[in-house]
Amino acid sequence: MRPALIALQAIVLREALRFVRQRSRFIAALVRPLVWLVVFAAGFRAALGLSITPPYQTYITYEIYIVPGLCGMIILFNSMQSALSLVYDREMGSMRLLLTSPLPRWWLLMCRLIAATVMSIVQVYAFLAIAALYGIRLPWEGYILALPALIIAGLTLGALGLALSSLIHQLENFAGVMNFVIFPMFFLSSALYPLWKMAESSETLHDICAVNPFTHTVELIRFALYGEFNVGALGWTALAGVIFLALALWGYDPAHGLTRRKG
Amino acid sequence: MTLKSLFTSVALIPLATFSQAAEVWVTNEKDDTISVIDIDTLEVTRTIETGERPRGITFSKDYSRVYICASDSDTVQVMDPETGKVLYDLPSGEDPEQFVLHPDDRHLYIANEDDAITTVVDTQTRTVVAQIDVGIEPEGMAVSPDGKIAITTSETTNMAHWIDTETQELFANTLVDSRPRHAEFTAQGGELWVSAEIGGTVSIFDVASQTEKGKIRFDVKGVHPDRVQPVGFEFTEDEKTAFVALGPSNHVAVVNAKTYEVEDYILVGRRVWHMAFSPDKSQLFTTNGVSGDVTVIDVAKRDPIKTIKVGRFPWGAAVRP
Repeated sequence: MRPALIALQAIVLREALRFVRQRSRFIAALVRPLVWLVVFAAGFRAALGLSITPPYQTYITYEIYIVPGLCGMIILFNSMQSALSLVYDREMGSMRLLLTSPLPRWWLLMCRLIAATVMSIVQVYAFLAIAALYGIRLPWEGYILALPALIIAGLTLGALGLALSSLIHQLENFAGVMNFVIFPMFFLSSALYPLWKMAESSETLHDICAVNPFTHTVELIRFALYGEFNVGALGWTALAGVIFLALALWGYDPAHGLTRRKG
Repeated sequence: MTLKSLFTSVALIPLATFSQAAEVWVTNEKDDTISVIDIDTLEVTRTIETGERPRGITFSKDYSRVYICASDSDTVQVMDPETGKVLYDLPSGEDPEQFVLHPDDRHLYIANEDDAITTVVDTQTRTVVAQIDVGIEPEGMAVSPDGKIAITTSETTNMAHWIDTETQELFANTLVDSRPRHAEFTAQGGELWVSAEIGGTVSIFDVASQTEKGKIRFDVKGVHPDRVQPVGFEFTEDEKTAFVALGPSNHVAVVNAKTYEVEDYILVGRRVWHMAFSPDKSQLFTTNGVSGDVTVIDVAKRDPIKTIKVGRFPWGAAVRP
């Protein structure tokens, strides 16, 4: 096997092992969206009327509406968790060890990105399975067709996590990331409410949501889950992914990035 | 449009050219129009103007005529479904809301909401054959499969009035729950079902004895009971299942017609009132008044598959094969 693939296998396995051993992390990753689905969505079921917007062909319950958003939420949180573990690895020294390997740095970062994406997708499918048991079933082909969308979403949000991790020097600063990146990204998106609903309360909020890359990631997943292809959402998500990845590579470049040693 | 639906549409073009697709005709009471939905494409293909406030709608047995209750025009219009032209008006009494065509394909039994009467009209001679005093605000109309009994439900008197179609006279009155809106006989004629909008129930009567033999109540998750208002309902061909429109609860209930238990609730548009099956009974079309659309339900899967925009306040629905 070529060294690049050996490195990929090793990094993905390491992330998988870490994930499996941290059972509480897996449970927490599932409990979070399930609480939203079972508690939050149930409360809003009657209050929030949803008109028909693509890809839906008819009226849907709020529980069904938020499923793609919660898939996005799982990927977003897992990406940030992965970024946190990068910061941890850097503090512990294992990241430095990894980066001293003869393989190109961009490839090593890509391996971390792929590992995070794989872990995200496993969690998303686990969530979709539990949601199906709860009674929220999607078109069966949607479960398969959503896979490419989930990969793109995982890579984009994972790249965002990588870029952010290059900025964070201490684990303690991660709370700031939660407050200033994850929550605004999640709440100012179409994950919980359709954009037309946002426009009803504020055009400004609607415009912010419309440019939020997470909105397009969620819409990409939403359309894919119903067997439809949203070109606009794919374009926005891919563009955001390329920018986040470029930022991450720049951030981890010792010559230019923010991780370079001072003095 | 998905690639699959595009392919299906293109593949069906030659068929559509040579054969008349089945249609659902929906009356829009605020637009004074009928929206015609093609059952193959599930799209509105025609919009036809009618008299004022069209509500009840039904076809003649050979589908060469369509009868429309133009309530605010105080008439029943007879239309050629091919051309969409009104051929003539029938005398109907004031404010005809609902009607039912007798199995003889000749006599229309019409509920005159403002006059508390049921008018019987001969559609061939175009004359009123009888006018029968019933309770206040008559609405629901049904005729037994053997044609011997006609039913009028009165919304304010809260009764089902049993009419002998030989003598055109009432022979029984039975109390039902508050604001009865719709009545239907089962195909064998053994049962009469009557929905009560405010009562929130559907009562089942034994036709032979005119006594109540069962009652169905509804409980839609997350919806206040006051908003659960049953109106129209339809039976599947085997009569094992009934679909009941629950008005402003925005749901259709799926009822086991043998045990009278509610098995499922299906989300549709706002304020669902009446329904019509496709000719093969595989799809059910619901009229959603407030949202101005029609939801198509896959009967076997009990899933809503599409909602189609029609005119303002769709009310009645009838199918033309």
